[in-house]
Amino acid sequence: MPTAVGEASRRGLVASLSVRGVTVAYPNGTVALRDASFELGPGTICGLVGINGSGKSTLFKAIMGFLSPTAGDIRIAGLAAREAQRRHLVAYVPQSEDVDWNFPVLVDDVVMMGRYGHMGFLRMPTPTDRRKVDEALDRVGMTAFRRRQIGELSGGQRKRVFLARALAQEGLVILLDEPFTGVDVKTETAIVDLLRELKAQGHLVLVSTHNLGSVPDFCDQVVLVLRTVLAAGPTATTFTQANLERTFGGVLRHFRLEGQELHADDDRRSVTVLTDDERPVVFYGERKASDRPRGRSGEDKS
Amino acid sequence: MSELLVPFGYDYMVKAMWVSALVGATCAFLSAFLMLKGWSLMGDALGHSIVPGVAGAYLLHLPYALGAFFAGLLAALGMAFVRSQTRLREDAIIGLVFTSFFAAGLLMVSINPTSVNVQSIVLGNILGISDEDARQVVIISVVTLAVLLLKWKDLMAVFFDEGHARSVGLNAGWLKILFFTLLSAAVVAALQTVGSCLVIAMVVTPGATAYLLTDRFQRLLVIAVAIGTLTSLIGAYLSFFLDGATGGVIVTLQTLTFLAAFYFAPKHGVLAARRKAAISGGRP
Repeated sequence: MPTAVGEASRRGLVASLSVRGVTVAYPNGTVALRDASFELGPGTICGLVGINGSGKSTLFKAIMGFLSPTAGDIRIAGLAAREAQRRHLVAYVPQSEDVDWNFPVLVDDVVMMGRYGHMGFLRMPTPTDRRKVDEALDRVGMTAFRRRQIGELSGGQRKRVFLARALAQEGLVILLDEPFTGVDVKTETAIVDLLRELKAQGHLVLVSTHNLGSVPDFCDQVVLVLRTVLAAGPTATTFTQANLERTFGGVLRHFRLEGQELHADDDRRSVTVLTDDERPVVFYGERKASDRPRGRSGEDKS
Repeated sequence: MSELLVPFGYDYMVKAMWVSALVGATCAFLSAFLMLKGWSLMGDALGHSIVPGVAGAYLLHLPYALGAFFAGLLAALGMAFVRSQTRLREDAIIGLVFTSFFAAGLLMVSINPTSVNVQSIVLGNILGISDEDARQVVIISVVTLAVLLLKWKDLMAVFFDEGHARSVGLNAGWLKILFFTLLSAAVVAALQTVGSCLVIAMVVTPGATAYLLTDRFQRLLVIAVAIGTLTSLIGAYLSFFLDGATGGVIVTLQTLTFLAAFYFAPKHGVLAARRKAAISGGRP
């Protein structure tokens, strides 16, 4: 079966993203992102982690080509962001709150919109377009719901529809904005499985998430954002307690259980829980996070 | 019986009916988009913003439609500009811009009183439309409808999810300018039939009615255009007997259609909701 990545590589394009020294300032003078840099290659799932207002969505918009950086350079598959947009190389799964669920469109219609870039002037679907829509719906398990209006779906089903739209678009790079918010565990597992398949096919998947606990499960790379890129690299070496504390600088809930509270012996290891009230990330070991817990309510809880 | 056919014996009535129907179809097509974005008041705003353009066009001996279209477009762009530069809410910006334009128009007319009959702009005058004006209206409507038929899918994609529309290579900024250009043009055309006060009904009611009747955008367009065309045609016809303002009759018919859908719509109507509540064991 010819895959999207296969077709693209015949055109000499490889799923890659290069962000170099990118600064984005808004017209009112606010600098949302300063001197951000990282590189990602094909076959990657990368977690984009940071607090609200850290510049995550600014970074997304710059990658999508909606915002022009005031300095620096963004390349997608070696092309400028606008050019990548024109060639519909970047697919986008929006946050649920950004979608008008009362819009009179059926699941079918939404997924078909993913094909618009492949269609001609009048956007008349060809048999290929219809087949791609069928396949995309099948992959996310939404075929049975294809004649429903989108507002009639559950939170998890809604997410799957927009994932199917991104699949139908066949972008090399796929951006997902908070895909796990308001989604049940079953859907989350299904989404993660699908992202792994996309990775295996050579796509580059970039996921912004609050769900710190699941990042090590499925992301092989992470980018930590706080008004700039604080750290970027393989999850094993970058998604560390020290880096996360820098990224979240005191806004996360932070629980620490010392050795003595856990067991009677003199084992000096401790459990540290970092959470923004969704899924916590847990560290266990001798290394202390810092001398004092900096979490908002860390002390009164422990 | 033959009395019912009397209007067809007058050229001016036949002209009024088919021109109204054409304008009704154009406005209804646009209404499907406008009401989904919560931009319905834009229709009203553009209707009023056009007055200085009309007054200016008469002063300069240009076709009035040209002046009206230019003023409408200027108002739409003005609103977009103010919105991008301030944190004011949409309704405040619309109110601010269109009243400024309307005031400027009234001022121009009062300084140069013979230049234009304001009443025919405010209330419309389809029964007395000149051949020249009718030609302008027909050209505007046909061009607008043609562009909409070619580009409705692109506009739908932009209205539904602008970010995604851009990501598949659509030029969202350009499409939005296209939409407001068409809207300005349609409002100019509708001035002749219903007048600037009732333009808003033409670009809201058919879409709102159709929204209650379907969950698919394509069908919504078909239903809205059917409602717009038929109410305008029948309204113009009835105004002959009622000896009333054509605009008033057309808009009254559209309101009645809306009320019918509001109560009897199979899925989203009031009665359907009650039926559902009764079946699920709730209070009747």
